[in-house]
Amino acid sequence: MTNNQTYILSFIVENKPGVLYQISNMFRRRSFNIESLTVGPTENEDFARMTITVKGNENTIEQLTKQTNKLMDVIKVTILDKKNTVMREIALIKIFTADSKTRSEVIQYVDVFRGHIVDVSLDSLIVEMTGDSNKINAFIDLSRPFGIKELARTGITALTRGRRVIKK
Amino acid sequence: MVKMTGAKAIVEALKRQKVKHIFGIPGGATLDLYDVLYSSGLRIILARHEQGAAHMADGYARISGVPGVCTATSGPGGTNLVTGIATAYMDSSPIIALTGQVNSQAVNSSYVIGRDAFQEADIIGITTPITKHNFQVKKACDIPSVLKEAFYIASTGRPGPVVIDLPKNTQKESAEMDFSSPIKIRGYNPTYNPHPVQVRRAVELLCKAERPIMLAGGGVISSNASHEAVKLAESILMPVTTTLMGKGVIPENHSLALGLLGMHGSIEANKLIHEADVLLNVGARFSDRTTGTLDDFCPDAKIIHIDIDTAEIGKNFKVDLPIVADAKSALKEISKQVTQKMIRKETSVWFDRIQQFKEQYKDLLIKEGGLKPPKLMVELRKLVPNNTIVSTGVGQNQMWAALYFKAIEPRTFITSGGLGTMGFGLPAALGAKVARPDVPVINIDGDGSFRMTEQELATSLLEDIPVIVIILNNSMLGMVAQWQRLFYGRRYASSELKDSPDFVKLAEAYGVNGIRVGSVKEFIKAVKKGLSNDVTTVIDVPISPEEDVWPMVPAGAGLRDVIWTSKEKKRG
Ligand SMILES: Cc1ncc(C[n+]2csc(CCOP(=O)(O)OP(=O)(O)O)c2C)c(N)n1
Ligand SMILES: [Mg+2]
Repeated sequence: MTNNQTYILSFIVENKPGVLYQISNMFRRRSFNIESLTVGPTENEDFARMTITVKGNENTIEQLTKQTNKLMDVIKVTILDKKNTVMREIALIKIFTADSKTRSEVIQYVDVFRGHIVDVSLDSLIVEMTGDSNKINAFIDLSRPFGIKELARTGITALTRGRRVIKK
Repeated sequence: MVKMTGAKAIVEALKRQKVKHIFGIPGGATLDLYDVLYSSGLRIILARHEQGAAHMADGYARISGVPGVCTATSGPGGTNLVTGIATAYMDSSPIIALTGQVNSQAVNSSYVIGRDAFQEADIIGITTPITKHNFQVKKACDIPSVLKEAFYIASTGRPGPVVIDLPKNTQKESAEMDFSSPIKIRGYNPTYNPHPVQVRRAVELLCKAERPIMLAGGGVISSNASHEAVKLAESILMPVTTTLMGKGVIPENHSLALGLLGMHGSIEANKLIHEADVLLNVGARFSDRTTGTLDDFCPDAKIIHIDIDTAEIGKNFKVDLPIVADAKSALKEISKQVTQKMIRKETSVWFDRIQQFKEQYKDLLIKEGGLKPPKLMVELRKLVPNNTIVSTGVGQNQMWAALYFKAIEPRTFITSGGLGTMGFGLPAALGAKVARPDVPVINIDGDGSFRMTEQELATSLLEDIPVIVIILNNSMLGMVAQWQRLFYGRRYASSELKDSPDFVKLAEAYGVNGIRVGSVKEFIKAVKKGLSNDVTTVIDVPISPEEDVWPMVPAGAGLRDVIWTSKEKKRG
């Protein structure tokens, strides 16, 4: 079976030290590869939400879900249905702007992509770009010819659309 | 609420869990705990190596069915436990390991966790992948609830080891302790009862089956479901084969018992399972040693898999009908419905075929003359009562014991199945004897395995825990040598142990009995002597260094390709 479908998993976990280690250790031990990972507290301070994207297939993802669900500090693991999920990622991109011409060109692109310029220096700009990963990838590709000096991406965080919530 | 020190609270909590024995070695970070244990009324058993302490707790747990407790100091004490914890983890055995730890808060400006204090090791980090769960106590007042949760986690669902790391200051400090707080673990709700629809489907499959086989694993033993398994098997004349961990589920002299399955399984089991039309796997995990190559495993069978651990379903092998449940409740329910649906089978073509196979291969490999391990195992069985407990080392000795010493009752055969830990035999035997002082306990060991934990002979003598050790002494790391003989052109790279040491003298040096035997007759005499001795007896049985274990399924082959002589290259 091919191993290259991307899955987005939402973990509700105990909000305490060591949990990230348990989960990432489980991924490593059973040879699952984390593509990106975001963590933060939920609306209830007792719990944290981890959003993890992984590549795999139906079988490997099922194993992964079951194995992580066995951890005492994992309350719930959900495979998010991408069609029904709001997914966002932030990228900060420091772009080289050799002269005022390139600078205004970059600013135009940022406008089209509805990003923000959050820092300006003599020969560079920092762009903040929020959106799904496709949009961010597209913007990054567009910026490459100018020269990307530094890049930071948060990885995806996600919530299911509509009234449905993940029960804890 | 009562005010007491953390160390007192640990012991109080252990007593509330009805713990009576604790195996371990003290050290700087557990002085407070030991000081309380000293006058607690609990029996503290001093091991000679922490690995031994962990195996003792494990042996105790496998025999008694309740968690065994071991303890070690911080740093090297904890790391020495690791092999024992991993062994228990792989075989789903409930042990509780209490480890000392350096201070978590500065006491008199001393170093604290994370600053590489003397004998600091990150035992939580180290044991995370080999425990069901682990805890580091942060405040003394958490001790009662942590211990309660630890025992609950270790002994429920799929059992497994739990580590509790106890910083020295949490043992020393006094706090108000609440022993009555309820257990609350939001992320843990083991399922026990089978889904009725799945049960009904299983019943239909089993009732229609013409050639059903049950594969029973360690899960049947740990849920005490042997009786239910045998009852179901008898009602539809379904033969039962077991994994190494499931040995003893069915009396191995039963007409439906096929013996072990897998790399060193019986000829009958390995050949017949290929013909099955329904395979009922109860509490086994389709491990590579059990199934052979999966491409050739039960090709025509509908597979039913009962396991309490959802993650085992579909992990190694795709199944047709999963049932997530405790083996006992699932088997009970299936059995009940099967009996309602059909009349008990008294005979079947399948049953006759089984009997014919069993007859054909019976005693085929039990050769007379000289000290041949299969023969010795058969003789041993005749000498000891049915409730005798056997533990093993790892390697050929383990396979000879598993293949040729017939287990008659559940929880009478313990071995390191999943991890294959040499050195398990003697300490596990001691733990078993502590759990069942009323029955004989025999460690069937290899000369290599025995030497890995041989120092526990001192524990056996000084703690008055008499067992019998039978060393099948081939002067070799025999299983390694067998592979070198068969697949590496007899190049014995580092597998020759030679005749060192003299095990009789070694036994005597420890103050226990040592006997060397030269014939089957002497072997029988020595075992009888061992059974009547009230100290441990080590029986050194010199066997040929060239002896192979048969039958065998070569790595990468299917089970039906089992071979039973080195000349036989093709299937028989
Ligand atoms: C701790 C450990 N180290 C190494 C091995 C690899 N190993 C498997 S069987 C074996 C030989 C065991 O020798 P012995 O105990 O004398 O048993 P025999 O096979 O000779 O009966 C070895 C080295 C192991 N299983 N466990
Ligand atoms: Mg040997």
